[in-house]
Amino acid sequence: MPSITYVEHNGTEHVVEVPVGKSVMQGAVENNIPGIDADCGGECACATCHVYVDAAWLDKTGLPPVGSQEASMLSFAAVTQPDSRLSCQIKVTEALDGLVVRMPEGQH
Amino acid sequence: MSQDSRHVVIAGAGHAGGSAAAMLRQLGWQGAITLVGEEPIPPYQRPPLSKAWLKGEATTESLLLRPAHFYPDAGIDLRPGTRVTAIDRAAKAVTLSDGAALSYDFLILALGARARRLPLPGRDLGRVLELRTVADADQLKAVLHPDARLAVIGGGYIGLEAAASARALGAEVVVIERESRVLARVAGPILSNFFQDYHRGQGVAIETDAQVIELDAADGTVAGVRLGDGRVIPCDATLIGVGVVANEALARDAGLGCDNGIIVDLAARTDDPAIFAVGDCTNRPLPLYGRMARLESVPNALEQARQAASQICGKPPPAPEVPWFWSDQYDLRLQIAGLPFDATETVVRGDIPGAKFALFHLAADGTVRAVEAVNASTEFMGGRRIIARGKRLSRRRIEDMSVSMQELAA
Repeated sequence: MPSITYVEHNGTEHVVEVPVGKSVMQGAVENNIPGIDADCGGECACATCHVYVDAAWLDKTGLPPVGSQEASMLSFAAVTQPDSRLSCQIKVTEALDGLVVRMPEGQH
Repeated sequence: MSQDSRHVVIAGAGHAGGSAAAMLRQLGWQGAITLVGEEPIPPYQRPPLSKAWLKGEATTESLLLRPAHFYPDAGIDLRPGTRVTAIDRAAKAVTLSDGAALSYDFLILALGARARRLPLPGRDLGRVLELRTVADADQLKAVLHPDARLAVIGGGYIGLEAAASARALGAEVVVIERESRVLARVAGPILSNFFQDYHRGQGVAIETDAQVIELDAADGTVAGVRLGDGRVIPCDATLIGVGVVANEALARDAGLGCDNGIIVDLAARTDDPAIFAVGDCTNRPLPLYGRMARLESVPNALEQARQAASQICGKPPPAPEVPWFWSDQYDLRLQIAGLPFDATETVVRGDIPGAKFALFHLAADGTVRAVEAVNASTEFMGGRRIIARGKRLSRRRIEDMSVSMQELAA
């Protein structure tokens, strides 16, 4: 099962296994990892599952491109960066084994 | 083992109660947590019930807020199929429907709301349904086969979302609304008209200004909805979605202040410092709008769960949020930021016939109070920021699509 590393804004790391087909957001929520709120439950409607994707992963195949709905939602999310993604829009695949995502200071 | 002998009891295991339990653990609560829920399954998301669940696109597993094993893993004692029946504030103890008694250091009331019941002749006939729980949704799903005729009483979000799902399943749908427009309680007239037209375009019949007199029966099952003008809308099932009533009796019986919901402050505290209340059952302050309101939404439930968990764990309070709401119908995504209190003017940005637009509701001084966005997430997100900052905007700039939302929000 792919392993995903979630790094809280304060530096605390959580390494968990997330089943293929679930989203990176679901992996955080199901393990109760602080820092990813996911208020809308994965509908790409709220932008509270915002993460920064570790630079080494940005160009990897397997990371789905940013969709237009996701881009719209990210346009006003708190503290966005070029490596910002909504974690509900990243489906976990074997190719993403080892992915590292970092959390922003806040989701609201 | 934990040295913390304190105990949080959460009464109600819906979105608010279930999230409060999880957030307490996220914030480092080391004491015991008991989560008492009336329904047979762990906390789940209600929004998909009228949409993906009806259409067979969701599973029980995908509905759950967190997997069933999360609760024992996190040391949360989930008591499904159980209710809190009484609070003894002096003893700091609650009684449960199974006779058990639990003492608490903090009590969180997450009692939710229940579907408003119309005093309508025929209300207890077979196939007269409401939609609040997964059990309700399963009953509705069972009658929604192609060519089934569904009469929906109430043109609010629940009724319209169910209508859209029923159409997707091939059922015939009539929506019966008492007011002169659908969404009358929750949206402005322009949005109401848009949704009315869109639903009609999808084959839904909509009756507005319609008084429902009684439900006609055939063999103990509903067969028609009799209207005030004498017409009868024939149907195989009726869904009643005419709003909800806060479940506040438990709090009221315990002497806590209630007024259309349990009255709480911005830390979700009731007037007893050991008792909190979160979600649909509360009447809460809205600092951006200088008033109290009872909000029925997932974001509100989560915001208040965060407030209560932060207060109990001695953490700084979370930043206040702009209230927001969403609804998916057909290929429409409606997202609403803010509430149109004191709004005197509505400005359209975008293309209403093209189903991609936002309605900005302004107070007399130009302050943006609410933004209703249809397939316009940038306007929704920008609107949240503009409302949070109390920004004033002119009609001319809002209407001008050559001015980007980034510029408007700057």
